[in-house]
Amino acid sequence: MSDMSSHSAEERTVNTSQMKVSDTEVAIDVVGMHKWYGDFHVLRDIDLKVMRGERIVIAGPSGSGKSTLIRCMNRLEEHQQGQIIVNGVELTADLKRIDEVRREVGMVFQHFNLFPHLTILQNLTLAPIWVRGIPQAEAEATAMHYLERVKIPEQANKFPGQLSGGQQQRVAIARSLCMQPKIMLFDEPTSALDPEMVKEVLEVMISLAEEGMTMLCVTHEMGFARQVANRVIFMDQGQIIEQNDPETFFSNPQHERTKLFLSQILH
Amino acid sequence: MSFSYVRDHMVEPRPAPVNTAGPIAWARRNLFATPSDSLMTILAIVLLIWAIPPIYGFVAPNFLGGDAVPPGGIVEECRLETAGACWAYISARMSFFIYGFYPAEEYWRPNLVFALGALLIVPLLIPRVPFKRTNAILFFVVYPVICFYLLNGGVLGMRPVPTEQWGGLLVTLIISLVGIICSIPIGILLALGRQSKLPIIKTLCVMFIELWRAVPLITVLFMASVMLPLFMPQGTTVDKLLRALVGVTLFSSAYLAEVVRGGLQALPRGQYEAASSLGLSYWKSMWFIILPQALKHVIPGIVNSFIALFKDTSLVSIVGIFDLLNTVQAASSDIEWSSPTQAITGYLFAGMVFWVFCFAMSRYSIWMERRLDTGHKG
Repeated sequence: MSDMSSHSAEERTVNTSQMKVSDTEVAIDVVGMHKWYGDFHVLRDIDLKVMRGERIVIAGPSGSGKSTLIRCMNRLEEHQQGQIIVNGVELTADLKRIDEVRREVGMVFQHFNLFPHLTILQNLTLAPIWVRGIPQAEAEATAMHYLERVKIPEQANKFPGQLSGGQQQRVAIARSLCMQPKIMLFDEPTSALDPEMVKEVLEVMISLAEEGMTMLCVTHEMGFARQVANRVIFMDQGQIIEQNDPETFFSNPQHERTKLFLSQILH
Repeated sequence: MSFSYVRDHMVEPRPAPVNTAGPIAWARRNLFATPSDSLMTILAIVLLIWAIPPIYGFVAPNFLGGDAVPPGGIVEECRLETAGACWAYISARMSFFIYGFYPAEEYWRPNLVFALGALLIVPLLIPRVPFKRTNAILFFVVYPVICFYLLNGGVLGMRPVPTEQWGGLLVTLIISLVGIICSIPIGILLALGRQSKLPIIKTLCVMFIELWRAVPLITVLFMASVMLPLFMPQGTTVDKLLRALVGVTLFSSAYLAEVVRGGLQALPRGQYEAASSLGLSYWKSMWFIILPQALKHVIPGIVNSFIALFKDTSLVSIVGIFDLLNTVQAASSDIEWSSPTQAITGYLFAGMVFWVFCFAMSRYSIWMERRLDTGHKG
């Protein structure tokens, strides 16, 4: 398994001292959830319980519904049946609840989705100021703190269009962190990046995991999954087919579909 | 056998060859690139030689070698068979073209309105000038109120001047400024409403937009001035100018709504999703994220609508409002200045005034577009 296609910092040892998975506290609870796009049954009977502090990697072929699943968790997509409970709040059509959930759940997108008309600093402070009501000076201090954490404080007054893809994605992560979320969702955060920039983004994600952040990550970075995840979920055709700890998942996959998938992406 | 090659010094940049830079190269590339290009260039030059001298002769006053009668001239000169444009007539009737039938001894009131307007709008349009918020409040809220009382009178001992007496450039500017300023928010709300998920709001907005877009402005103005009073209870009158203002504003807001909708649809879905995922409410994400980008994308379309609106204000003449064009038209039957070129000089003047304002708007929008460009990358 040593020749797996992985850009993650193999040389870096992950500090697991603060990675604690809670036994009692549930972060996200998905119960019997179904979703359709028109007549197309995208997600079928999803049951998933995410404990506080878990780091879950969701893998699977394209079109298997992995992105749709995590987009349901902050209701960028609506589900039609079953329950999704995030931080104890059930997601329904109620806008107040949706906003309450979104305030506590950060999301990072494949295409970064920074606001191109605002500077990096404005990108980071907009939501804290206008959603949380934090004074501007304090929001800017927090923003600079997180920009330092993702190692690009010198870019604060530039516009997103002036940054490289990897830098933009790190800004996007910092933007989510400025809202002090309890859960972070990553939707293929490295898929749109040049190979040289994947590492710098994964590096930030690893350090987040080291601090005990609850993370759900749709990704094809299997090296990251092995290093950081405590659970790998494999989806196909809108269903969770297999889930296991990474060691077992990679070395001893149970389902035929999983074996096929792994054999294809790990050469 | 194997080769190896490693470059150990870089080639210095050299100046471009002479035939790719300089005026001769420019002319060769742009004017005489092919035989047909050369032919077109020569034809165009011939056309210019044929057209420019007579036009210049007609427009330029005699001290610049033309046949036109300069401002301050007398009517007899204009009546000569060889005379060009009669600028003397324009300068003599200038106050009519600017103020219409506004009483001459009260001209200081519109003058003050013009001066205040210029004083407030110039710093508003220059981004470097500070106090934008105060400036905007003064211009959009305080200024219209002051203008109304100044022009209308009836307070502070100023004698009342009914809107029937307002006219000329004053009325043209009032209608277009009010139309432009009021149609922006209405147009934006209509565009947002048209994209709404709430069926009633969406239907109402679509109906409103399609209704106003499908009716000619002349019809709107006729309806406002002839039909509307029939539906109103007896004894209530709504000012004619006000009716025209409302008609022009609603008409232009329907067009603006469609322009803005284009901008909203051009934004990637990711922008909406990123705003939502940060917990921004609908109105906040529209205000901070969506509209600034969408409006920036459609500046050319918006300014296009404004230019159209500015020129369309001349249609209010058919309901008896004396805008700039109507005053020019009315003055052209003035016996005192009757001459062969009286009417055409009037229309030339009106055309030039419209052109100056529209060209300024166009240039300003191009400049603004460049300034707001931060490199569109998602």
